[in-house]
Amino acid sequence: MSAGGGEVILRTENLGKRFGGFTALKGVSAEFRAGALTAIIGPNGAGKSTYFNILSGAFPPSEGRVLFEGRDITGLPQHRFAHMGIAKSFQITNVFPELSALENVRIALQARVSRYDIWRPRARMTGLVEQAGEILATVGLWARRDRAASALAHGEQRALEIGMALAAQPRLLLLDEPTAGMSPEETRAMMELILRLARERTVILVEHKMKLVMGISDRVLVLHHGELLAEGTPDEIRRDETVRRVYLGQREH
Amino acid sequence: MAHATTAEPAAPRAALSGALERHRVLAAAAFLAVFPLVAPFEALAVNILIHGLYALGFNLMFGYLGLLSFGHAALFGGGAYLCGIAIVHFGAPWWVAIPAGIAGAVAIAAIVGALAVRTRGIYFSMVTLALAQCFYYIFYQASDWTGGENGLRGVDLKAIALGPATLDFLDPRTRYYVVAAFVVLALWLLSRILASPFGAVIEAVRENEARARACGYDVTRTRLLAFVLSGAFCGLAGALNALHLSIVPIESMAIETSGLAVMMCLLGGMGTFFGPFVGAAVFLLLESIVSVWTVHWQLVVGAVFVLCVLFFPRGIWGSILHWAAGGGR
Repeated sequence: MSAGGGEVILRTENLGKRFGGFTALKGVSAEFRAGALTAIIGPNGAGKSTYFNILSGAFPPSEGRVLFEGRDITGLPQHRFAHMGIAKSFQITNVFPELSALENVRIALQARVSRYDIWRPRARMTGLVEQAGEILATVGLWARRDRAASALAHGEQRALEIGMALAAQPRLLLLDEPTAGMSPEETRAMMELILRLARERTVILVEHKMKLVMGISDRVLVLHHGELLAEGTPDEIRRDETVRRVYLGQREH
Repeated sequence: MAHATTAEPAAPRAALSGALERHRVLAAAAFLAVFPLVAPFEALAVNILIHGLYALGFNLMFGYLGLLSFGHAALFGGGAYLCGIAIVHFGAPWWVAIPAGIAGAVAIAAIVGALAVRTRGIYFSMVTLALAQCFYYIFYQASDWTGGENGLRGVDLKAIALGPATLDFLDPRTRYYVVAAFVVLALWLLSRILASPFGAVIEAVRENEARARACGYDVTRTRLLAFVLSGAFCGLAGALNALHLSIVPIESMAIETSGLAVMMCLLGGMGTFFGPFVGAAVFLLLESIVSVWTVHWQLVVGAVFVLCVLFFPRGIWGSILHWAAGGGR
């Protein structure tokens, strides 16, 4: 596994977020290199989701900046992120429940080519259907293409979500706890999928279970109490005394 | 086994409703062409068509996009007034007056929409309601232009000149076919919109707003565009109503008119193509039949509405479609 030595694709500078009087994130400065698979880990309440939500544009930070490919994207509206090449999967399964698996991906693809066209029949846009089929095959859902998304198993819905994120042809793919609530088999399949996807693009992944990501990540960021506790390769993180204390300390509870 | 026996009789039903779905505009045109031959009540039929068109515009927001507007009277009334003002104050011909009505409703929709589409749920309903009341008040006060509480009188259209031919708009059957032609045109446009890429976006936004946003769709702009399109349909309905009645009553803009669209849409089936027309037909038929033997017709119509919502939440047309698709009652 390469150490992810590409140039910096995403940078956060002194990122902070307060919710009322509660500080969820404080002074997080970090760099993410192009082509690398970076995992953001930390115990519950470490600020992982807050950090993820700012990176993916769900809400703006209270302070600090986010730079994507050198461009300041702090506080841009959510829909612009997809246009720029940043796609995400949600922590809680988030699909179009009544639409078929194929239509879920097709609509995600359509966002790149047509958003306000009220005239052209979309039945003629057959290219999108073909591409959607290819993406479904990539995430292992081709056989389930005509099923309503709500009728898919949990693991399948998560895979569908990743398919929808891929439809944006992102240069940066953000995944929020992609294996949450999955069975061991589903988790293994998902991890394989993520590894496969990471070969072609930059992936940032938020994960609660430390063990899961150590084997596949190029870089690991550890958050604790809303601050950046440690950063490095999985080996460095494994040897890091403060990280061990945080994780061991948590296990005692 | 039980599944197989229930599925079997459903197959021809499903085929029929599938064919109807594919050729829905053609089917509507054919139906409207022969309708006056079997049911010669043109005045009522025109009323049904106009209100069905109005409910169709409303349905685009409510049924397809999932936002309940309580302010669509401003769009219907706006279309009626602008069309009427063009004729009464400027002596405009029909082919100017009707587009003027549509343009007026589109402008009002743009204003109401711009302020309302950022909200959702009950807040959207309240903002549209409040803004519609503002427009009601403006049109009520501008009595030099609108006739105030007396309504705008003298919206007379006697004949429609179409090249060498002249259609006598005072003849009930001719009038019916003129209105039906506009309705078929509107149905064709709606069908086109629903089958367009934007039609899929509307559906996506209704299904899951956050996901639509993450896909790269600007939810606010999508809603605004849908609201404006909705305004165009309602404005056309309003303009036709002004021509049909020869007057624009101030009630066109009143809150009851907004409620009418909600009721007709729910009665017929929200989010279905023909539901608004079925709802308008049932509502107006009930009204004209029941009001013959009691002045309290609203009580009866209201009871039917409540029963319908309780026992047929899909609406009449929606329930028929559901049954045709093979899914019980």
